[in-house]
Amino acid sequence: MASSTFSTAERALQDRRTRQKEVKRNAWAYVFVSPFYLLYAIFGFFPLVYGLWLSLHTWDGISPMVFVGFNNYIKLITVDELWWQAIYNTIWLFVVATIPQLSLALSLAFIINSGYVRFKDFFRAAYFMPFVASAVAVGILFTSLFGSQYGMINFVFTATGLAKYFGTEAGECYKWAFMSNNMGCVIDWLQSALWLKPSIALIIIWQWTGYSMIIFLAGLQSINLELYEAARVDGASTWDIFVKITMPLMQGVILFQVVTSIIGAMQNFDIPVMLAGGTQSSAPGGTDHAGLTAMMQLYWSAFKYNTGSKSGFGYASAMSFILFLIIVVFSFTYNRANGQNPTEN
Amino acid sequence: MATTTLARNRRNRDRLAGPLTMTFMYSFLALFAAVSAFPFYYMLVTSTYRTKDILVIPPPIWFGNSWMENYTQLLDKGSLPYFWTAVTNSLSIASLHTVAVLFFCSLAGYGFAKFRFPGRDAMFAFLIATLMVPGALGLIPSFIVMRSLGWIETWYPLIIPGMANAFGIFWMRQYIESAIPNDMMDAARIDGADEFRIYWGIVVPVITPALGALAILTFMGKWNEFQFPLLILKAQETYTLPVALSTLRSLRGTEIGVQILGSSIAIIPILIVFILASRQFMAGLTAGAVK
Repeated sequence: MASSTFSTAERALQDRRTRQKEVKRNAWAYVFVSPFYLLYAIFGFFPLVYGLWLSLHTWDGISPMVFVGFNNYIKLITVDELWWQAIYNTIWLFVVATIPQLSLALSLAFIINSGYVRFKDFFRAAYFMPFVASAVAVGILFTSLFGSQYGMINFVFTATGLAKYFGTEAGECYKWAFMSNNMGCVIDWLQSALWLKPSIALIIIWQWTGYSMIIFLAGLQSINLELYEAARVDGASTWDIFVKITMPLMQGVILFQVVTSIIGAMQNFDIPVMLAGGTQSSAPGGTDHAGLTAMMQLYWSAFKYNTGSKSGFGYASAMSFILFLIIVVFSFTYNRANGQNPTEN
Repeated sequence: MATTTLARNRRNRDRLAGPLTMTFMYSFLALFAAVSAFPFYYMLVTSTYRTKDILVIPPPIWFGNSWMENYTQLLDKGSLPYFWTAVTNSLSIASLHTVAVLFFCSLAGYGFAKFRFPGRDAMFAFLIATLMVPGALGLIPSFIVMRSLGWIETWYPLIIPGMANAFGIFWMRQYIESAIPNDMMDAARIDGADEFRIYWGIVVPVITPALGALAILTFMGKWNEFQFPLLILKAQETYTLPVALSTLRSLRGTEIGVQILGSSIAIIPILIVFILASRQFMAGLTAGAVK
């Protein structure tokens, strides 16, 4: 109303004022968001580029750097068997721990969200509890739980008769002093090359399922309940609903979870370190390096064996980029496969 | 409206899930809840026994009376004389870091949510992209950067780099975008408040639920952080709790009860905070995660 009485000159003046105000306001916005970019430049981006540069050198961290081109990569890919074993272990743990963990989390979230369940808050909190615990403390706790002779887990195995199903012929059989012949075997979880990885996998599943479940639950809660009701009215079974409604609508959340899980799993460190050789260990990864992950090998190459020609910062940096490449390949493969999913319309 | 949906839900619940399905479902849920909770109970029990009383068949499932003995030994010269220093170190580092994260992330989140400055979308896309860069790439060069800054053996590497982090900013932006009506800010602007005053006086009070959830998550992450502190802190008196505990682990022959008692002190405080705030925390977490 008032603005219609303004002359052209007044309006131009006012326009300029609003623009000035906006420029001033935007200046504030730049100040507000700038800390991230400053910190990232110093502690994120620079190390990234520097790491790439390092990976083309050998360097023990003290004497001058020596440029070696792609030699670190070539050596890693062609001759370093321990590195490939570490990669194998890491991928093994991703397949055996992370995939069941995500599936279990999605099932739990679906059940809790289904509307049939009371005490939702209780279950949610109970499942999330392991996630808040320190991985180091969890490692200590499970070392005891997985104890071979007196561990709680083996005790449950014997008490429930499950121990009978573990064969004696594999050379992995371990007997308690008081066990009779027909009681079967208990497993020497942490000392056996065969069972070390499954033990680590179980701990990872225990610690992370609740976290994944909460994220899935958040996704499920954003699905309109009327869709479910309409499907029910049409006579769809729970399984139909899960496959035809829930899964397609959850694609985004699942993609997010899978990609972040790949990134996390490829950098698996805390729990394997606690279970398979302490931080001072000279032979990391337990028996036959069965519990050695890529991140452990990277860490030790850079900071523990840091003498002579054996390794150094450059070599370990090359490892980090190979690891990154594997993450990228896995994520893209999943994304591709997912894009061609026939359930998606 | 709300009541009819509720009534319909209740009818659905009665109609569609038979007693067998219900039993199966609750058993599954309860079993998994028991598996989640049992190690914590085991931790409390085991911390009250000496090794010779833990390594028996059947293993103890009720509390013993050696807690004090274990505690004394935990602080012994041969174990962790700096245990409580490590606890206060962890507490200080996690608190300082959390306060900084809340400030910088909510500030930047506000910037992205409520201003339309040139380059905003590209800058935000870049920020999200950094989330996909694995930390492994930066581990070694970061160490070298910290060394050139003279920050080895200090708390700076643990507090400063992550103060304004992509996850926190993304989180706060999501929340602020939906929680703060633009009119509120415009009204304040007409009254002549500058932008920082609007952030501090109007935005911050409204976003406390999201700040609370981010605070718990950040504190927890820092309190439990292991790899980087292990790299940076070399002297016993600078150790954080996880680093101290990991050395206890590698001391051969340390009593099991002592190790577990130390672990329980790392777990219990954070578990209590989580349980007390769990309802609000979960609500904040799910609200932030979906949008």
